[in-house]
Amino acid sequence: MCLGVPMQVVSVDGTDAVAEIDGVRRDASLMLLDEEVKVGDYVIVHAGFAISKLDEAEALETLAIMRDIFDPEDMA
Amino acid sequence: MKYQDEYRNRELVQGLAAHLENLVAGYAGTMTFMEVCGTHTMSIYQYGLRGLLPAQVRLISGPGCPVCVTPNSYLDKAIACCRIPGVVVATFGDMLRVPGTSSSLMEERAKGADVRIVYSPLDAVKLAATNPQLKVVFLGVGFETTAPTIAGSILAARQQGLGNFFVLAAHKTMPVPMAALASDPELAISGFICPAHVSTIIGADAYQPLARDYQRPCVITGFEPADVLQGVAMLAAQVVAGESRVEIQYSRAVKPQGNPKARAILDEVFAPCDAEWRGLGMIPGSGLAIREEFASFDAERMLPLTPELSREPTGCRCGDVLKGKITPFDCPLFEQTCTPEAPVGACMVSTEGTCAAAYKYGR
Ligand code: SF4
Ligand code: SF4
Repeated sequence: MCLGVPMQVVSVDGTDAVAEIDGVRRDASLMLLDEEVKVGDYVIVHAGFAISKLDEAEALETLAIMRDIFDPEDMA
Repeated sequence: MKYQDEYRNRELVQGLAAHLENLVAGYAGTMTFMEVCGTHTMSIYQYGLRGLLPAQVRLISGPGCPVCVTPNSYLDKAIACCRIPGVVVATFGDMLRVPGTSSSLMEERAKGADVRIVYSPLDAVKLAATNPQLKVVFLGVGFETTAPTIAGSILAARQQGLGNFFVLAAHKTMPVPMAALASDPELAISGFICPAHVSTIIGADAYQPLARDYQRPCVITGFEPADVLQGVAMLAAQVVAGESRVEIQYSRAVKPQGNPKARAILDEVFAPCDAEWRGLGMIPGSGLAIREEFASFDAERMLPLTPELSREPTGCRCGDVLKGKITPFDCPLFEQTCTPEAPVGACMVSTEGTCAAAYKYGR
């Protein structure tokens, strides 16, 4: 239940963002982040909230392992 | 994708294993490291990392998954909630199949209760906003990763002036039970592989007391096999040198101070309280209760809950699994009467549960 999945931000409207991974789009509230988030940035999304920012290379590393360990449903 | 290859590279992993072997070569005793993150548990089982460790190094799994450590008494309360007419229980999916004392949310739903799976607590807020005739109760379960998201939704519900959104809160915090486990002489834990995503919120500094007062080395690691092995090597190096410090292997996502904004929101809505853990019992100061100012969002204070008298399932050894005292293979019900399709205990339900990981990936 407590997975955090790296996703790429595709739109930002105030503290509401939409993030995408593998073609799946999710709302990602930016309420819990201090740093500024722009379209194209990677964030760890957990339960509809961005909880941490990542750079692209980091995000891709983390994603690769998560795809290995978890079923797609677990990551949704 | 260069980085990704590097992190999963067989040679890198084998190189790290050899490095670890050298590191502990002259060490006479055994060192036992506990991971307290379900995602680490999954990684350790999936990649068979235990098989790569020298004889002196032992890994045990601790209370890594919030679903697993939630006691039956909470599930019984959640079930009591969904039996109140006009109440919708909204929850993350993995709570559905966790057995309570004599029912589960899934069984209640089959009998007609309104139990809905949501992806985000904000979806539950939305549900409340669009259905003013209903009372929406969100099941607030999780560690410091999840608790700020629930705090955020309570703030959102207050901002929207909602009177029909409630949280049944049972959040737990990590460093406190780790201290309790460190004090258990039977476990003889030499150090901790600290949780990754919990640490993005609370920061590495939160483990300083464990290193300082309990003399337990702490390393926050990522999830790749190379990450975990490197973390184990960092722990082993500290043990060999007789040191105990907090180190961050997962520096790509974790900072010493964590995420201050998320922590501020967490503190605004929740206050520390005593909490009951499955298997670990009552641990003072290890839970988060909704503050008085937000009492109108607290399901426990606002709804007439009459749960049945709770007891834990007979024969299930989840408690000992969560403490690292036994592995799932030592539980007589494992793979016999207890499977992911028909789980007896919580550790078999959650995808991050130790019994589920052991079942999926075997010995
Ligand atoms: S809450 Fe975070 S740290 Fe704990 S098991 Fe889940 S992903 Fe791991
Ligand atoms: S195998 Fe099943 S019954 Fe045994 S400890 Fe794990 S969850 Fe409990």
